[in-house]
Amino acid sequence: MMTLEKLREIKEKTRPILEDRLKKEGKTEIREDGSIVLKGDYYKKQVRIALRNCEIINPDSIDDYIALDGYSALGKVLFEMTPAEVIDVMMESNLRGRGGAGFPTGRKWNEAFKYDADKKYIICNADEGDPGAFMDRSILEGDPHSVLEGMAIAGYAVGADQGFIYVRAEYPLAVKTLKKAIEQAKEYGLLGKNIFGTDFSFDIELRLGAGAFVCGEGTALMESIEGKRGMPRVKIHRTAHKGLWGKPTIINNVETLANVPIIYQKGADWFRSIGTEKSPGTKVFALVGKVKESGLVEVPMGMTLREIVFDIGGGVADDRAIKAIQTGGPSGGCIPADLLDTPVDFESLAKIGSIMGSGGMVVMDETDCMVDIARFFLDFTVEESCGKCVPCREGTKRMLEILEKITEGNGEEGDIERLESLAETISSASLCGLGQTASNPVTSTLQYFRDEYIAHIRDKRCPAGSCQALLEYYITDACIGCTKCARNCPVSCISGKVKERHVIDTETCIKCGTCMEVCPVGAVITR
Amino acid sequence: MKNVTLTIDGQKVTVPENYSIIQAAKELGIDIPALCYDPNLEVVGACRLCLVEIEGSRKLETSCSTKVREGMVVNTETEKVVKARKDILQLLLDSHPNDCLTCQKAGECLLQAYAYRYDVKFREHDGAMRPKLIDTSSPYILKDDSKCILCGKCVRTCSQVDDRQVLSFAGRGYDTRIVLDLDKTFETSKCVSCNRCVVVCPVGALVDKRLMGKTRIWDAEVKTVDCKVCAYGCEFEVLSKKGKKLAVRAKAPSNGRPLCLKGRLTTELMHLDNPDKPYRKIGNKFVESSWTKAISIADIIEKINKLENNEEK
Ligand SMILES: Cc1cc2nc3c(=O)[nH]c(=O)nc-3n(C[C@H](O)[C@H](O)[C@H](O)COP(=O)(O)O)c2cc1C
Ligand code: SF4
Ligand code: SF4
Ligand code: SF4
Ligand code: SF4
Ligand code: SF4
Ligand code: SF4
Ligand code: FES
Repeated sequence: MMTLEKLREIKEKTRPILEDRLKKEGKTEIREDGSIVLKGDYYKKQVRIALRNCEIINPDSIDDYIALDGYSALGKVLFEMTPAEVIDVMMESNLRGRGGAGFPTGRKWNEAFKYDADKKYIICNADEGDPGAFMDRSILEGDPHSVLEGMAIAGYAVGADQGFIYVRAEYPLAVKTLKKAIEQAKEYGLLGKNIFGTDFSFDIELRLGAGAFVCGEGTALMESIEGKRGMPRVKIHRTAHKGLWGKPTIINNVETLANVPIIYQKGADWFRSIGTEKSPGTKVFALVGKVKESGLVEVPMGMTLREIVFDIGGGVADDRAIKAIQTGGPSGGCIPADLLDTPVDFESLAKIGSIMGSGGMVVMDETDCMVDIARFFLDFTVEESCGKCVPCREGTKRMLEILEKITEGNGEEGDIERLESLAETISSASLCGLGQTASNPVTSTLQYFRDEYIAHIRDKRCPAGSCQALLEYYITDACIGCTKCARNCPVSCISGKVKERHVIDTETCIKCGTCMEVCPVGAVITR
Repeated sequence: MKNVTLTIDGQKVTVPENYSIIQAAKELGIDIPALCYDPNLEVVGACRLCLVEIEGSRKLETSCSTKVREGMVVNTETEKVVKARKDILQLLLDSHPNDCLTCQKAGECLLQAYAYRYDVKFREHDGAMRPKLIDTSSPYILKDDSKCILCGKCVRTCSQVDDRQVLSFAGRGYDTRIVLDLDKTFETSKCVSCNRCVVVCPVGALVDKRLMGKTRIWDAEVKTVDCKVCAYGCEFEVLSKKGKKLAVRAKAPSNGRPLCLKGRLTTELMHLDNPDKPYRKIGNKFVESSWTKAISIADIIEKINKLENNEEK
């Protein structure tokens, strides 16, 4: 049986061993307050709370986790606090859900706490389906016990004795790491019957997701755990009252849960001192795209997009000009470069037509076509729509058809209006978050980059030079009149005299690119 | 049960607190369009046609899934609501074959009725359409996927009877379909031809084959009769034209009444002058059958014959 005493012993025994290893590796430094952080410019401006142990501890070692105060929060709440007090602290901390919607975790817990039932459940949502996102995976693979401890605390708070982690089957390492962690915690008496010898029992089981994006939606996920087809439920009841198998259920995201233990170690005031008033704490982002240093970053809420991209990410790759930042994944929006000083928090992002989402952040430069980006994300949603409700199933398909038409150079007057009208209906009439946010990439690019749509539709031109069908081959005045291009053009659409600049008849050109290949002075360009 | 009072389209109504808005509206004679709602089935909120505006809420809410609250003020035909409904109907029609002229469902089809009510038309376009997958394997039911609007009523009603549960959703997004037993046909699946699914289908995606070509529904006289075969007492409808009884069809089941093929065939036999040939499923095949076998009374008849023969002697 685990006791507080034993926990301290393990900590005292393991901490020096861990420090020794870290010193040898030389990637970390120990701060005055005893906390261990990663060294280097990339980490200087980061504040790592959810990722506090990642790349520091050995994820397969529960002792390492305990060495850095792991499971002390669980001990503390079990011995020193009533469930109601645990919930009060969570409400005070104002930790908001990191899975996308930003719903206050304490309020959610309280709903399930107040609702009488013979059985309650805690679910950890580890379905992470956004293309390009790997925040949750990194936590599960790097610090699994923080999630287990967070779930156990949630279980104690609301009165649940059973937890499920719904994890993507495409994350085999995360699954393996979690299995091992659960085993170790059970062995130590930190999960299972009578935790720390108290009468609180809590078990955790894994459930593997089938890889559908929509199964990350809370109620679809519950259907899936129940063995049914993963389709979102219509919201008649709150899941905190009637969720999994009709019982009160708390569903929280991996990153949300990883934040939980440290809030009980350091207190709600400490947590609220980080970030902004309405969005306290930090957020993990997967910074990708045309940025010099891509990777996971965890920053205090309220940091500006500019700071994240330039101070942490080192700026735009190839020193091109930044054009936009896409946040929030397939349900997010494109933020133009002139709004780079927007602070990153739930409200500010929503105000400019994007969302925090689960933390995708894609940097785009002038070679990225905004219409094509919208098409790319919509293509994803169309593939992932569960097919249950009409606006999403039928409407996103039609929007995608229009976007495909535009990027292929077949756009017509009225297409923008059709897109806007469809977007309005799909977002206001769809059943679940997938459909309700599916048109965000389109509406935000229409809001900030409307000219680009118009250029595609009216002038059959892609200003970013990215839509293949709209490229125009053009011979610049660098042409020396060697006639090579004209001789090689398969449709003979290049005219010009020897030693004079040649001209392409764009009407006839089939965009094969031969002229560009053969030109000895690089005079052929696309525009 | 407590009652609550709310206002719908300016009229006050008092209903039990477990009512949904669509039920409360019905009490006032307000007909909110609904394609996936059925009072006998679980509420799923799939078609989104029943959206209404509730004062104090920015979002539109589906009236089939939203419970009434004291003092609630609901408007069912605002500009916003009507736009959403028109768009939803247009989206459905854009994927739907323009076949009302010969469709057996015409006249009773809800999609047709709502398209008329909201003045939404079929239109030409070069986008995707649902492929015309038709299951003709059954002598009793015709399934035309191109007309299916995926309301899921058939799936829900079939699954209410424990040993049936033949129908389910398959595929994702635009390619979602209703399938029998992981993509079999009526013939090869474990379907028992009870026609529960047919009676709830709001469109012509599932139709009763034994009615086809016999009459347009608006030309027929429809009379409800009770099945006399077993204690469930399911209801059937007898369709006649100019006094001639043409066909029998199942009526929507309720209160745990299962419907079954034997009941249907027996009712046909009892009410029709000239019923079509019966079919039985033997193994994975529908085969033409005699009436005595189809309604499995061969042994009873034998017994009767025996008894009567004895008497005559
Ligand atoms: C289509 C869709 C996909 C979602 N995918 C995820 C996901 O992969 N992980 C996640 O934590 N939340 C996801 N969510 C959000 C969940 O529904 C839910 O809000 C969240 O898990 C709640 O946890 P939180 O309050 O801790 O954020 C998704 C929502 C939608 C609509
Ligand atoms: S909005 Fe899309 S994903 Fe959500 S229920 Fe409707 S069809 Fe399914
Ligand atoms: S791209 Fe091909 S077709 Fe067009 S001008 Fe050059 S060589 Fe000729
Ligand atoms: S199902 Fe309805 S809308 Fe479709 S063709 Fe038949 S009658 Fe017309
Ligand atoms: S006829 Fe009956 S058993 Fe067959 S699919 Fe329809 S509801 Fe199910
Ligand atoms: S077949 Fe009919 S009842 Fe079944 S989902 Fe399609 S439209 Fe609905
Ligand atoms: S239809 Fe079948 S189940 Fe229903 S009353 Fe007749 S025999 Fe009984
Ligand atoms: S009837 Fe309400 S959503 Fe279909």
